[in-house]
Amino acid sequence: MAGTKTTTGAPTEVTQKHNKGGIGESTLRPDGTLKVTGEFAYSSDMWHEDMLWGQTLRSPVAHAEIVSIDTVEALKTPGVYAVLTYDDLPAEMKNYGLEIQDTPVLAHGKVRHHGEPVALVAADHPETARRAAAKIVVEYKELPLITDEASATAPDAVLVHEGRDDHHIGHVPHPNIVHRQPIVRGNADEAAKKADFIVKGEYTFGMQDQAFLGPESGLAVPSEDGGVELYVATQWLHSDLGQIAPVLGLPEDKVRMTLSGVGGAFGGREDISMQIHACLLALRTGKPVKIVYNRFESFFGHVHRHPAKLYYEHGATKDGKLTHMKCKIVLDGGAYASASPAVVGNASSLSVGPYVIEDVDIEAIALYSNNPPCGAMRGFGAVQACFAYEAQMDKLADKVGMDRVEFRQLNAMSQGTLLPTGQSVDSPAPVAEILRRVKARPMPPERQWESSEGADVRALPGGLSNTTHGEGVVRGVGYAVGIKNVGFSEGFDDYSTAKVRMEVINGEPVATVHTAMAEVGQGGITVHAQIARTELGVQQVTIHPADTQVGSAGSTSASRQTYVTGGAVKNSCELVREKVLEIGRRKYGSYHPAWATAELVLEGGKVLTDGGEALADLAELLEGETVEVEAEWRHRPTVPFDLKTGQGNGHVQYSFAAHRAVVEVDTELGLVKVIELATAQDVGKALNPLSVVGQIQGGTTQGLGVAVMEEIIVDPKTAKVRNPSFTDYLIPTILDTPTIPVDVLELADPNAPYGLRGMGEAPTLSSTPAVLAAIRNATGLELNRTPVRPEHLTGT
Amino acid sequence: MRVNFTVNGRQQEADDVWEGESLLYVLRERMGLPGSKNACEQGECGSCTVRLDGVPVCSCLVAAGQVQGREVVTVEGLADYAKHREDAHPGGACGSVCGGTSLQEARQWQAKGTDGQTGEGGGLSAIQQAFIDAGAVQCGFCTPGLLVAADELLERNASPSDADIREALSGNLCRCTGYEKILDAVRLAAARQEETV
Repeated sequence: MAGTKTTTGAPTEVTQKHNKGGIGESTLRPDGTLKVTGEFAYSSDMWHEDMLWGQTLRSPVAHAEIVSIDTVEALKTPGVYAVLTYDDLPAEMKNYGLEIQDTPVLAHGKVRHHGEPVALVAADHPETARRAAAKIVVEYKELPLITDEASATAPDAVLVHEGRDDHHIGHVPHPNIVHRQPIVRGNADEAAKKADFIVKGEYTFGMQDQAFLGPESGLAVPSEDGGVELYVATQWLHSDLGQIAPVLGLPEDKVRMTLSGVGGAFGGREDISMQIHACLLALRTGKPVKIVYNRFESFFGHVHRHPAKLYYEHGATKDGKLTHMKCKIVLDGGAYASASPAVVGNASSLSVGPYVIEDVDIEAIALYSNNPPCGAMRGFGAVQACFAYEAQMDKLADKVGMDRVEFRQLNAMSQGTLLPTGQSVDSPAPVAEILRRVKARPMPPERQWESSEGADVRALPGGLSNTTHGEGVVRGVGYAVGIKNVGFSEGFDDYSTAKVRMEVINGEPVATVHTAMAEVGQGGITVHAQIARTELGVQQVTIHPADTQVGSAGSTSASRQTYVTGGAVKNSCELVREKVLEIGRRKYGSYHPAWATAELVLEGGKVLTDGGEALADLAELLEGETVEVEAEWRHRPTVPFDLKTGQGNGHVQYSFAAHRAVVEVDTELGLVKVIELATAQDVGKALNPLSVVGQIQGGTTQGLGVAVMEEIIVDPKTAKVRNPSFTDYLIPTILDTPTIPVDVLELADPNAPYGLRGMGEAPTLSSTPAVLAAIRNATGLELNRTPVRPEHLTGT
Repeated sequence: MRVNFTVNGRQQEADDVWEGESLLYVLRERMGLPGSKNACEQGECGSCTVRLDGVPVCSCLVAAGQVQGREVVTVEGLADYAKHREDAHPGGACGSVCGGTSLQEARQWQAKGTDGQTGEGGGLSAIQQAFIDAGAVQCGFCTPGLLVAADELLERNASPSDADIREALSGNLCRCTGYEKILDAVRLAAARQEETV
């Protein structure tokens, strides 16, 4: 393990260097120019001479036995090169999965959800492929449906997966439950006796979609050695690789993956979609095969956010102190496990939110059902819980008779508070402060459509619809705050790898950073260049394309990439710096006594003493030499939660965001206009303030979306998806999205590189309950489900 | 069928076009101009927005046959389109089609790139530069369509209000940014254009 440095909790140096374009500056994206000129190559833009187009045939029913598949007519279609079914799979391994390998590459024996892949076609034109796929005749014999907790856990329930042998089966109460995590701390029943007020609530969280704009797509090119090259949009190249190679029957080194341009991800690209299918078709036909999902297919091609039922009970004394909490969270994981076990761990361990409650009784489960598979999405289990516990906080504050923000501040956690898992929150936890900040903001002016200056009916809820002039419009204000863990939890070896090279090109010292990190839009590549400039004192930094020729970077999810891969880049840069200084000592050590000290820094293309005296030019020092280091980096270890008590130091780090939502609701039309969503978040250290604010605003908007419009609607009778299109699945437009003022705090986490705090997800947590609270405040309605639709507001 | 039309100022001919092929497909898969994006192919997201005889349209909803004899400007031709407009009507709106660049020229563009510090790329239109500078580009998939729509807005309304910007861009979905930085970018481009008058 030479060259590998692992931190295990020791404080990391918080570097304060002043290299131009380094950390802390709002440097611009290195891919920005390509993206604004249309030249940036996204996965759906891949093109190869003589390439074919792949098409997937998907199940029109949710749960059925496959009686027969007839591909004869499809194969006869002129222009068709291959039609593949389960029988054509080349290897013993025919399933894949993130944790549990329960997902068939192509359905065999039966289908378990609407839209499950059944057969594949490759043809010379996408329309030919579509028409041929439509000629495949599949005979289905429908089976009883599992659609909710009651049907899943009934004593005579049909099993979604018969003969389960995964490692969760031993501790779940029913084979239709993927995973169950109880957490018990203190004695909630005993503590409830101290409560002067008890509130109970049942909440429903709808199925949200990541709705990234760039569809699932990529190009597989067969190679001469019998392997395949895959250019694809994903969140984790090496995770894909580990699932693709076994089902292709190839060793991993024969599957070479390169990240192509990713049009957003938000968790929806953690699972395999078209990767294996394209490779199978390419290997079968010997030709490059491109697959591009249309939007309809995209809704079937990736997992969604778990819809949830949440049952909560909280108590408080008349002084406003929380006494206890009990909850049960039921997540619907759909037909395949995907990330459900980890989502359960998050939902349970973060179910109390950022509050001090010593006595808790918690249970979270994820179901197997015949609904669409659910897995990772921004916020990952913490979102659903936040929606419920924040509604509870409002109800309790009202019962106690306290201001809702003061009630939260009174019970807010701080550094040192124990989570229900018994783990101490051992870095700043400015919960009360971020609430104070959003509350202290001046309110936006009311009824802007009729104000004397700038009167404009476009400011009405519903905009220009001209059905009202604001007679039924009322305003409401709501607050919420949330806690999200950072990184992969529960003992996962969450490492990252970075290769950093330094050399002289055209007389300039240049650093090259090579990682397998998926840049999905979040700006990781920008930050890597900033870190290299800071650590190595160079101006020119080249970011090598992400591929599997370098070690794993882990996933671009869980708010972890800047922490972990940023940490790996920093670590590798430090190792490169040591080697550069060794060269310097060898070449110039005899000229100046300062070479013998350990306090040398690289800045502005020079080697400097800590007093600022220049010892050497990097360009001269490195002339003819190339320094390169590839090293792994790990954050401090975590452990799994105990399966009975939920105790254990399962998380790495936490991030906190608060929102104040101001809404105007047209109570006659049932329309909501969100006027402002003020945000405050602690990011530890803003490595790139411009990108940080962009992430917070984007995450806030996704939370707003699920509050008032976003939901995949699954017919409860047939388990079929009713709205797989952008016509019917609504995401916020620029007219639906308010001003989002952002207040960024930087309270360093002493355990993290530069003190940073993973921050991509936290803003998605609290914006939903803040908007709901504001709508409740405006209308007086209970509103225990999200999204809120017009009929919920008008009672129609 | 054969379709003749002008793309970014250059005469183009597409052969063996199916009746069902969209302008978007022809641009992306036949012309080698993948800048217009394929996000919903249903006219809902605006990622494929191009100008057809000067009017912003979703190219996924335009049948390829409909563009026979007409002029199309895509994001690849946006910088030259804007430059010609500036040359013809410095600082002002152009009002109608202002020509464009040859595809040959468009293809020969080299991204000058930002140096990571100042963001000063070469050969970009005001709105393109503003999108980079304001941080309005994240994953960037919505960016081409937004740029075409925003450029058209600024062509007819040199100093739009926020409500004007929101109305003009309401047909373009962005999933990453929360739109604030897109608003910033359009305001920035408008302000810079005013400075140059």
